[in-house]
Amino acid sequence: MFDKNKVEKIAGKKGEWEKGPVAKALARGKERKESFLTSSGIPVERLYTPAEIADFDYEANLGLPGHYPFTRGVQPTMYRGRFWTMRQYAGFATAEESNKRYKYLLEQGQTGLSVAFDLPTQIGYDSDDAIAQGEIGKVGVAIDSLADMETLFSGIPLDKVSTSMTINAPASVLLAMYIAVGEKQGVSADKLNGTIQNDILKEYSARGTYIYPPAPSMRLITNIFEFCASHVPNWNTISISGYHIREAGSTAAQEVAFTLADGIAYVEAAIKAGLDVDSFAGRLSFFFNAHNDLLEEVAKFRAARRIWAKLMKERFGAKDPRSWMLRFHTQTGGSTLTAQQPDNNIVRVAIQTLAAVLGGTQSLHTNSKDEALALPTEESVRIALRTQQIVAYESGVCDTVDPLAGSYYVESLTNSLEQKAMEYIEKIDKMGGAVKAIEQGYVQKEIADSSYAYQKEVEAGRSVVVGLNKFQVKEKPVEGLLRVDPSVGEGQVKKLQAMKAARDNVAVQNKLVELKKAAGTEANLMPYILDAVRVYCTEGEICNVMREVFGEYRPVEIL
Amino acid sequence: MTEKRIRVLVAKPGLDGHDRGAKVIARALRDAGMEVIYSGLRQTPEQIVAAALQEDVDVVAMSILSGAHNHLFPKVVELLKENNAGDILVIGGGVIPDMDIPFLKENGIAEIFTPGTPTATTVEFIKNNVKV
Repeated sequence: MFDKNKVEKIAGKKGEWEKGPVAKALARGKERKESFLTSSGIPVERLYTPAEIADFDYEANLGLPGHYPFTRGVQPTMYRGRFWTMRQYAGFATAEESNKRYKYLLEQGQTGLSVAFDLPTQIGYDSDDAIAQGEIGKVGVAIDSLADMETLFSGIPLDKVSTSMTINAPASVLLAMYIAVGEKQGVSADKLNGTIQNDILKEYSARGTYIYPPAPSMRLITNIFEFCASHVPNWNTISISGYHIREAGSTAAQEVAFTLADGIAYVEAAIKAGLDVDSFAGRLSFFFNAHNDLLEEVAKFRAARRIWAKLMKERFGAKDPRSWMLRFHTQTGGSTLTAQQPDNNIVRVAIQTLAAVLGGTQSLHTNSKDEALALPTEESVRIALRTQQIVAYESGVCDTVDPLAGSYYVESLTNSLEQKAMEYIEKIDKMGGAVKAIEQGYVQKEIADSSYAYQKEVEAGRSVVVGLNKFQVKEKPVEGLLRVDPSVGEGQVKKLQAMKAARDNVAVQNKLVELKKAAGTEANLMPYILDAVRVYCTEGEICNVMREVFGEYRPVEIL
Repeated sequence: MTEKRIRVLVAKPGLDGHDRGAKVIARALRDAGMEVIYSGLRQTPEQIVAAALQEDVDVVAMSILSGAHNHLFPKVVELLKENNAGDILVIGGGVIPDMDIPFLKENGIAEIFTPGTPTATTVEFIKNNVKV
């Protein structure tokens, strides 16, 4: 696209500039660092010109928004048509409390729901299980059965909202419960809009809420792809995630690479299970982190879209353009926020919001200022939501599509991130794919190495975290944090026991027996799980039946 | 004669799956010359104590971000005492509100290291407080 002669001239002029004014400036004072690198170790040049992207080809590298390879965005009008969905992850204590918070957030202008479940629920344990003690309602809402789910969505019409549920190993059960709540509201499954995270591979490598080993887990996931294709067609069946991989300490390039490698594994598993790629690929979605280095993040999102489009079209031969599109939710990076001077976090989140928006996200959660200390209060989550609204309505960046395109730096970075990510993906391919790479501890070690390297940078002061290792103050204890009272746990157990006594326990036993039988065959388990959920089998009961058949995952610990 | 190395069990009690901090601490303690065993995720207090006794550690360092610390940390201390291992130095870290720290210290946790604490601080504390 650039005239070769003109580029050579520019390169020449840049060389002179470096020997002239730059050398003079450096003689007066060194630059701030020996070398400038992004989080992914990509060298950041002093200046970018057309010479740094001499082979830039608009058609091949970028294309138009809504067209292959989707570098500039998956929709033609992007935020001129509609802002991203403002979707705050929320949930704590009881279904009643969480229902109240969802209504508050909707009143304050959020445009989609996002459910946080407590750890026992995420790992398929009921609240009355001994292992749940001390954990009930702490990091999310406790959901033991359909009864809790009905309370959670009481007064919230499921044909009018879209709901994302952060649930992985037991995603089939929570999806079934959501469908059953819809039924009770008179909303058929084909009218439901939402997402389940349902991404077990990153649980093994970075997040930890696994239950079953890889093979049966992949079976459940492909069962969901197949079931939703015919019964819940407007549902995102998976949210293939890099957020947690980044939070665990990876670089931006690793975040893209390991996420897309997981995506490849899911597509391969579904094809192996007999599904046609275009029957499910359009409903795959993704979930990324919005971290501090704004321009690297923007480049990261653009690179991810371009890589995935190429993989789907060329490697998997998908024909439907919707199968080529990487649609994603973003969350601002929790691990970047400090316990020290927490008000500063509002600023960090604003920058990260810009990164996600300039990167073309479809949906966004912004963290609250008290992220390092507790779950958010109404006040702190409101500010987080306002951050999104201010960027949307006041900053002007939404008025044109992919505004940073054509920046010599951003296009160069997009190329570099694509290249680095592909190196990791090819390495994982050679290992036999993401599942093998995880079983061998490769992904975990890469993440832990990056994490430790960063820690050393911070402790040596080479990486500044404002308020933490520079510009510190004497901290005062933070008041008014959200606390989940232990009585929540006791109350939930009582509620559960009462529900168990009142339900049709014969039906419960029958449905569990049928599920267990089906789990031992190649059958799609969704109808059986739905049947079980409708008669108020608990989540734990359903998951335990599957534990009996599938066994439990035994991680290999790599330091 | 070589100095006996401090042996540390880094453990993740309860259902919390966030292990970035635990792994960083484990590596930092190793770099500081200690022998470190990492328990992995989803350890019950019973499993942590069994590992501590089996590995004959001097320190149990627990990491928890799920809010279940008030329930799980004191249980570990209690079980260590029951097993005549009350001499083991027990420390913790993670997402633990300041207001919970006095309770934890009353229940036998020697120190809590909150977010942002340099690893050198933890290393020094262990060296100064371990009963070898």
